[in-house]
Amino acid sequence: MSLSARRIRAVVRKELREYRRNRSVLVAVVIFPLIFLIQPLVAVFIQRSSSATSLAQVHLLLYMLAIPVLAPAVLAAYSVAGERQQGSLEPVLATPIRREEFLTGKALAALLPSVAIAYVVYAVFLACVVVFAQPAVAEALLRLPDILAQLLFTPLLAALSIWIAIAISTRSSDARVAQQLSLVGSLPLVVVTSLIAFDVIHATLRLGLGLGAALLLADLLGWRIVPPMFDRERLIIGTR
Amino acid sequence: MSDWHAAPASIGQSTAPALSVDHLSKRFGDRIAFDDVSFEVGRGEVFGFLGPNGAGKTTTVRTLGTLIAPTSGSATVAGIPLTPKNGEEIRRRISIMPEAPGLYLRLSVLENLEYFAELYETAHPSERIDYALRAVNLAERARDPCGTLSKGLRQRVALARALLSDPDVLFLDEPTAGLDPVAAREVHQLIGGLRKEGVTIFLTTHRLEEAEHLCDRVAILNTTLRTIGRPNELRERLFARALAVRTVEPLSDPARVFGGLPGVDGWHEDGVALYLLTVSNPATAAPAVTRALVEAGADVLSISESQHSLEDVYLELVDEGVEATRR
Repeated sequence: MSLSARRIRAVVRKELREYRRNRSVLVAVVIFPLIFLIQPLVAVFIQRSSSATSLAQVHLLLYMLAIPVLAPAVLAAYSVAGERQQGSLEPVLATPIRREEFLTGKALAALLPSVAIAYVVYAVFLACVVVFAQPAVAEALLRLPDILAQLLFTPLLAALSIWIAIAISTRSSDARVAQQLSLVGSLPLVVVTSLIAFDVIHATLRLGLGLGAALLLADLLGWRIVPPMFDRERLIIGTR
Repeated sequence: MSDWHAAPASIGQSTAPALSVDHLSKRFGDRIAFDDVSFEVGRGEVFGFLGPNGAGKTTTVRTLGTLIAPTSGSATVAGIPLTPKNGEEIRRRISIMPEAPGLYLRLSVLENLEYFAELYETAHPSERIDYALRAVNLAERARDPCGTLSKGLRQRVALARALLSDPDVLFLDEPTAGLDPVAAREVHQLIGGLRKEGVTIFLTTHRLEEAEHLCDRVAILNTTLRTIGRPNELRERLFARALAVRTVEPLSDPARVFGGLPGVDGWHEDGVALYLLTVSNPATAAPAVTRALVEAGADVLSISESQHSLEDVYLELVDEGVEATRR
């Protein structure tokens, strides 16, 4: 199956233009990074040098992996249900675009800003740690494996969250309901990352590699499984 | 049923019809959207598809546009058999303007058109967008967000969008629904322009005067196809030809004047000093009627052929359907 890069690019470009002008979407996307940035920052700033060793037991950076899980879910949940609600889906489906192209474009459009926002937030956090935290606290936090895990897992988690949200969006007739359900659907991912961040599940290299492989597989499966769920007729007629 | 396959107007160069529909049906569970519909549309023809709300017009358009699958029957759209495998190729050759414009209101007119030009993989998108904007007279508003446009202007943007792909067949679903008379007239002019360019147009509408004015042929659908043909043919097929005779004063004995005249099959009073005469051929009956009126000493105001409108045809057929369902 050959997909048209031109049509996928067109969907991505259109989506990004719409995000920029949709204040409610922007607010929803920015709010999660802020929420998940504040707690680690507060934890770092109130930490004394003497208790820095306790930080070595947790992975505060990984706690922020909730950002690439929740932020794209809001965007992706709107992707199909939102278009359907505003009546723009039918003209699009009347063009030669394939559902795989349409949904890949939608997924990329949600992935790119979400990953970018997540990386910016990590960078802000790390800069704050380097500049403002006690040296012992900074040393306990800034661990290369955590930073690498952060960089690697961010797009993998975001992609899975996006496919979950798009799957929900294709079956939902209301964009808000789709967004709420998508957040609920993404919560298991947040729970897993939080359990690892707070050392309930002990982070090891083997666990990291295993989770990375599992996420990659899940992302690929999402790309294969979700498009067939996109039923033109049901989306146009609204029943069946 | 044979006359329902009445020959399409052969306006284009190719002899193959632009649309060929054969016993097509669509059901949603127990509900029949349309049933056993058969017709052909010639290339370059403007074909009107009329019917009341819920008659199945939009579902027919969506089915032919590959948006939904038929339950039974077959069709050829723009020369390609209507099958799930051919959906993409058919959509490449056609364009659908749905009843609701479905624009991205936060994007400008130009951005909306750019998006669709890319989805159609248009060869020269900028030129095609310029053409479409000029065709709908919206070049000046290209940078305006669609959300700031009136309903009529949004409809025009939707029409411009439908022109981007240079379609073989253009489906217009109620293109003037909800438009004021001026905006509707502009859309009519656009359709007239497209007709001159040889674009095949499949037009669903409630507006009978619109269909009469724009369409080469019309079909009337009320779940099943009631009739198909040129508006004049339909009138002749359904209604006897008639002469309307108006006199200054009511005739004292109209039976004596009109009875037994050659070519006059019957008559009745249709108002004060107004008589409707059923005739086989108005051209031969009118002189005889005139002579009889003069001989009777009547002061004649007018003698004209009584014209039935497409609305009369429509009401006759649709009411017949309603009566049938009541029975």
